[in-house]
Amino acid sequence: MELGPYLVLATLEGAVMAAVLALTACGLSLVFGVMRVVNVAHGEFFMLGAVFAWWIASHIGGAPAWGFVAALILAPLIVGAIAAAADMTVLRRIDYDPERTIVATIGLLYILQQATLMTYGPDARPVEAPFNTRIAIPWVEWTEAGWALYWPWGVATTSYKMFVIAAAVAVLAGLWGLMTRTRIGLLMRATQLDRDMALAFGIPVERVYALVFGLGAGLAALAAVLIVPIQQAHYLMGHDPLLLSFIVVIIGGLGSLPGTILAAILIGLTDSLVSVFFSPTLAKILATLLVALVLVFRPQGLFGSRAS
Amino acid sequence: MLELDQIDTGYGRAQVLRGFSLRVEPGEILCLFGRNGAGKTTVMKAIMGLLPLWSGEVTVDGTPTGRLPAHKVPLQGVGYVPQGRRLFSELTVAQNIEIGLRARGSGPEVEEEVLALFPRLRERYRQRAETLSGGEQQMLATARALCLRPKVLLLDEPTEGLQPSMIEAIRQVITAMRDRGVAVLLVEQRVDAVLTVADRVAFIENGRNGEVMSAQALRTDHAIVERYIGV
Repeated sequence: MELGPYLVLATLEGAVMAAVLALTACGLSLVFGVMRVVNVAHGEFFMLGAVFAWWIASHIGGAPAWGFVAALILAPLIVGAIAAAADMTVLRRIDYDPERTIVATIGLLYILQQATLMTYGPDARPVEAPFNTRIAIPWVEWTEAGWALYWPWGVATTSYKMFVIAAAVAVLAGLWGLMTRTRIGLLMRATQLDRDMALAFGIPVERVYALVFGLGAGLAALAAVLIVPIQQAHYLMGHDPLLLSFIVVIIGGLGSLPGTILAAILIGLTDSLVSVFFSPTLAKILATLLVALVLVFRPQGLFGSRAS
Repeated sequence: MLELDQIDTGYGRAQVLRGFSLRVEPGEILCLFGRNGAGKTTVMKAIMGLLPLWSGEVTVDGTPTGRLPAHKVPLQGVGYVPQGRRLFSELTVAQNIEIGLRARGSGPEVEEEVLALFPRLRERYRQRAETLSGGEQQMLATARALCLRPKVLLLDEPTEGLQPSMIEAIRQVITAMRDRGVAVLLVEQRVDAVLTVADRVAFIENGRNGEVMSAQALRTDHAIVERYIGV
């Protein structure tokens, strides 16, 4: 087996994973950064995004693209609204106390998971990709006539996977713009920096919290809609994204969006490369080891600021 | 006008203020004086709604604010310069000012007015607040509060840790606000700083009201300062 083509393939697969992971983890990081809430139910919002994507896509007739586009717009909005409602009815009532919010979001995790099992059922269900053209990955080889392109057998990706990467980059750029270029982003950052001073300057902090919790869940749901044509929707699919998101935000620095994105790329690519060339188990061991090293030597994460 | 009527409040179950009352008239600087831990900052937080009132009432210009959600208190025209400045450190000078302007929908003319009071901030406009010197940070904290066009201005140790030229600049702004009819409640530890600006002085001891007197009377009564703050 020639190494080069498979390295490119593993990198592309890793980039898809990194794209989805970056979206999911940014949602978790945003919620922690602004609200100081460790949202253990974040993976279930991811799962709900996938389930709603299936439900919306299967109820809209016509070409698969229509169903997918509708899911891409509606599923994050629905999940965001559910999360905002959970914030207002549960987290607000316990005054965003750090310990109690962990317990509350664990409860939320089981409620969402079991409600999905009771309504959607235990089956894994697919959503058809709007387009899925095979793209063969070329490689170069030395021939008698000099360097020449060739297409190794079985080394290919799809146009949909390239779309997932591009869509994630666009959404993350939009999120960056929202946080740094808009008035609501300014209010979110002010709330993140000093909650009491935000209140003292008329910022409706509870409304900001509901928006942030909804936005964080919406990002997870959006990531799930993007991935559900590649992996099927299932009521237990929230566990891995939750675990990987925690790994990513711990490495990147809780509350730091640039750190989260960089850590997602690192984990996504490492996971894919190690899985292809060695084993998926070794990839998970390395990710966990990296978290342990970060916690020991740089507890605030690569980009996080040390707590004062 | 600011009025506190028999307020009780504290942190968790620990009561700090016990039936505390206070009245600051428009165009008056009232200085709240007391030892560390007497409850001065707690009074400020209670006025801003950052601590829930257990009993009593706070009134701003005739409107009860003691039971309002905290974010609605500044909308009544209460500007707050907290102890330690507490700027939005990672935001720029411009963004800190924008947050102050946004609170009561103040326009660019208010920003111009405020920057005219603190020209140094105009030079630092695009700089992050955390990169400013201590004096500049105090200017920004004061400017941010003035952007609310306050009827009541609360200043918690605004001269703490500042060099004399900065103290003078802050003092001038405080007296300018008084002259515009703003009711100013000032917490200070330094007797000399108080005597140069205050119209009246109210003492607080263990969360309870102490004596209230004119600044003029305080100048001649050193025993009372010794009794309340031990200097």
